[in-house]
Amino acid sequence: MTSYALFLGCTIPARQPQYELSARKALTKLGIELVDLEGMTCCAPPPLQSIDLETSLAIAANNICIAEEADLNIVTLCTGCFESLAMANTLLKEKTELKARVNKILSNAGKEFKGNKEVRHYLQVLMEDVGLDRIKQSVVKPLNKLKVAAFSGCHLLRPSELLRFDDPERPRIFDTLIEALGAKSIWYKNKLKCCGGLLRGYADDVALAIARDKIVNASNAGADCIATLCPFCFLTLDLGQMLIKTTYKEEYNMPIIHYAELLSLSLGVEPKELALDFHKVKIDKVLEKIT
Amino acid sequence: MAEEKQEKVTIVDFSKEITSKLGGETITFCYQCGTCASSCPVTKTTDRFNPRQVIRLALLGQRDEVLKGDSIWLCASCYNCQERCPQKVEIADVIYALRNMAISEGNIPNIYAEFANALISEGRIVPISKFLEKKRADYGLPPLKPAGIEALKKILSATGFDKITAKKGETQ
Repeated sequence: MTSYALFLGCTIPARQPQYELSARKALTKLGIELVDLEGMTCCAPPPLQSIDLETSLAIAANNICIAEEADLNIVTLCTGCFESLAMANTLLKEKTELKARVNKILSNAGKEFKGNKEVRHYLQVLMEDVGLDRIKQSVVKPLNKLKVAAFSGCHLLRPSELLRFDDPERPRIFDTLIEALGAKSIWYKNKLKCCGGLLRGYADDVALAIARDKIVNASNAGADCIATLCPFCFLTLDLGQMLIKTTYKEEYNMPIIHYAELLSLSLGVEPKELALDFHKVKIDKVLEKIT
Repeated sequence: MAEEKQEKVTIVDFSKEITSKLGGETITFCYQCGTCASSCPVTKTTDRFNPRQVIRLALLGQRDEVLKGDSIWLCASCYNCQERCPQKVEIADVIYALRNMAISEGNIPNIYAEFANALISEGRIVPISKFLEKKRADYGLPPLKPAGIEALKKILSATGFDKITAKKGETQ
């Protein structure tokens, strides 16, 4: 059995138990052991990087140190956490001077970043540790009737120089994993474009306009749902549709579903086990197509 | 004449200041082609932000306009521009460097002060309600492991991050 330190981050435990539940159930079913470690904090995502990049690197490195001490690689669910931690891990492994600077900060907390562990997103774990064959064999409820608009979120792919996840302009991994469940991953306009989520709280109107584009484009392409990986993209697009209704007087009813939920459902986990009432846009019409 | 010389000094000083910051190192490679602006989801939506213009203003030494203005806060950090820049300007990182400078001078938008304060007190930027923490058991989720606040506080104090929000409004 392959074991990973599960890095949960802030948004998932605070807002989206359905994501955590589905990810834990699916990964465990597929033979991945998830270990919860004490002492992890926020990953230091873009809002904190905006305040101070050096502190953010130290915060990310401190989290990685905890996994190093437990001799485990890290798996993240949130793509924002993936970006912060994987970026820090690569930078500090490869830039000696920066590593020394960060270690000097960490020494105040009695920590040292060694650089002997990996930070992986759970899609990488699915592709590389579990493998497509095992996933396909484990599907008991194929999603044959579903047309899925894949939306990985920016920070799974970019900055590609440091994240090294997939081709940033023509990614295939996420679509391949959707299709492994029997669903069709459809093309839609501006598929790789940002959801605008990080502008929420500073420029809500701009953020909402960008999110609306995403919903409109997926809707026009005939998607049954948008599949997400990032809890922040999820919030922006799911809760966002409530705001689109009041601001633009438009109603799309586009279900937003985390890939982990689709995976769990296809592996035969019962919907009632997944806390699906945390969806603002109801996903009943998707569930009806999974039989 | 003296005025012109003064202006040149200001331009060079601001560029040097940016390139000396983490994230800001590559700003001077920009040749203003506009690939960033045409790749930017925000520029398409609003005229409040154009990454090419932010870089141009910075390279022209317009310190106040850049650091006290609204524009740098409109970047969505999607990194599309950075992926595509033919000059390998790390544009999203340059924006972080500019934001870091603005914040260190007391120009902190409220939302960032809120994130900083949540981090300092909870170790997380999205605090977890007691209600949801209790509900975890009902859902069959394991108890949440406590965040390492003590170690975090030492890190934040070592870099001065814990004093950053106190600077809010100082120079405004």
